[in-house]
Amino acid sequence: MTEEARDFGFETRQLHAGQRPDPNTGARAVPVFQTASYVFEDPESAAAYFNLQEYGNTYSRIMNPTTAVFEERMGNLEGGAGAVAFASGLAAQAAALFTLLQPGDHVVASSALYGGTVTQFKHLLRKMNVELTWVDPDDLDAWRQAVRPTTKAFFGETIGNPGGNVLDISAIAAIAHDHDVPLIVDNTFATPYLCRPIEWGADIVIHSATKFIGGHGTSIGGVVVEAGTFNWSNGRFPVIADPSPAYHGLQFHETFGTYGYLMKLRAETLRDLGGTLAPLNAFLFLQGLETLSLRMERHVSNALEVASFLSSHELASNVTYAGLPGSKYQPLVEKYLPRGAGAVFSFDCAGGRDGGQDLIRGVTLWSHLANVGDAKSLIIHPASTTHRQLSDEELRAAGVRPGTVRLSVGIESVDDLIWDLEQGFKKVASS
Amino acid sequence: MSDLSRYQDPLTIQRVLLSARTIAIVGLSSNELRASYFVGFYLKRHGYRVIPVNPRETEILGETCYPSLLDVPEPVDIVNVFRAPDALPGIARDTVAIGAGAMWCQFGVINEEGARIAEDGGVTVIMDRCLKVEHARYVGRMHWLGFNTQRITSVRAGLQ
Repeated sequence: MTEEARDFGFETRQLHAGQRPDPNTGARAVPVFQTASYVFEDPESAAAYFNLQEYGNTYSRIMNPTTAVFEERMGNLEGGAGAVAFASGLAAQAAALFTLLQPGDHVVASSALYGGTVTQFKHLLRKMNVELTWVDPDDLDAWRQAVRPTTKAFFGETIGNPGGNVLDISAIAAIAHDHDVPLIVDNTFATPYLCRPIEWGADIVIHSATKFIGGHGTSIGGVVVEAGTFNWSNGRFPVIADPSPAYHGLQFHETFGTYGYLMKLRAETLRDLGGTLAPLNAFLFLQGLETLSLRMERHVSNALEVASFLSSHELASNVTYAGLPGSKYQPLVEKYLPRGAGAVFSFDCAGGRDGGQDLIRGVTLWSHLANVGDAKSLIIHPASTTHRQLSDEELRAAGVRPGTVRLSVGIESVDDLIWDLEQGFKKVASS
Repeated sequence: MSDLSRYQDPLTIQRVLLSARTIAIVGLSSNELRASYFVGFYLKRHGYRVIPVNPRETEILGETCYPSLLDVPEPVDIVNVFRAPDALPGIARDTVAIGAGAMWCQFGVINEEGARIAEDGGVTVIMDRCLKVEHARYVGRMHWLGFNTQRITSVRAGLQ
């Protein structure tokens, strides 16, 4: 049976992309293929799979039919050529970079990144002899001036954590492409429902699927989506274009074209680093994706109400929600995030470090924990938790002060969320 | 060439894939690491009769290799092109001459004159698309490796 071309809507694709009813059983839900390995039909088939001459399952460190549904669905929702899933967002990010970096290379990165990313870049990448230049993400000249002959990637977050910076994706992608360099965007806080960086020129999109993708705080995972349009044979990326010593001389970009980077990411980097997403976690992420649009609509409407409440509260200041009227990121929000500026932001609680901690002691509905993107509302004090590895100077660069409190606004009744923050502020006021 | 989409219609691609039996690959390499070899190997594995066309070889993939399309002694359904774009007009003329139904030009093999010659001769043209990828998208197992097939269907398919 032939299929007509149709541009299916986002809500249809979040339910269907990547999955067809199981041909063996007719199962409508995605089956969990809890298997380490796969029986080959015959020696010729096995050889064809290992040589990448045929799309086949060999070993679940490298591919799994349940995980593949999640990967294709993410690739589809982001508008990429495909995706490769990993055991965590940080594993995904390391693998995306290791696939294109060699010792001596250089990366230009936004200075307003998730603390775990800063630590990964600053220590793990430097240990691999990769140099970093941190730039103010709002300063386009800084991105341009940071480029070196050895630069292999630009890196930023759609919505910065926790400062709420909005990345000018198309402008930064244009600078990167002027220098034959790909732009990598962490789209965790926006999700493909609010922003699809590839449509604005990004080449690689990374997610911590643990957050809004899964949406229920049940599983750790990550994913790398690639657009499939970057010219990896432009002379700057011999590590992808030249014959690969790790895959009997295969030239991934020439042989697989659009799919070359993703094939190398899977067949070499995932194979060699491990960090594979478990099939059951892929299943749980798929359950989350089925309702992504519905949850995000509620997340952003609740976030805007909570941010508005805080911006007029006498014990709160510096509310970083980019969706608030008057935010300096308003033009970028209108361009890149017209459906809402996400649901994670910070504010400074009166009373500095003690005030922030009193607020957390005073709330009883918001959960005090280190995560974001759960359906439940979450609260944390970055200076003592997620960002505690950073120096004071790095804290300031990431938009964090001693009293900064970060919120991840959930999908509860918004009146209850505001009532609970009032409880917290009473505790702050009484101390 | 401004608009390639008329040479990339999904319904046409599926009709060509499903109706073809014999595929002549012009520019098929005997080097196992070249893209053309990957495609020829894959198509043979999936039951197509593959005929190599390359004047520098005598046998590839266990099949007799012919110097040109005009030398192929049996009917051809698809002419699959792995040559530089400027070779396309000549290949298109040969495709019309042997009565093949379709001329399928791989990624980057784009030449307007070649496409026009083939179409004027009644040949269906597919351009800047990979035969292996499109087969894997609609018939095969491309989705097993997390690639975006862009297919949305709730129809239960046969075994793959």
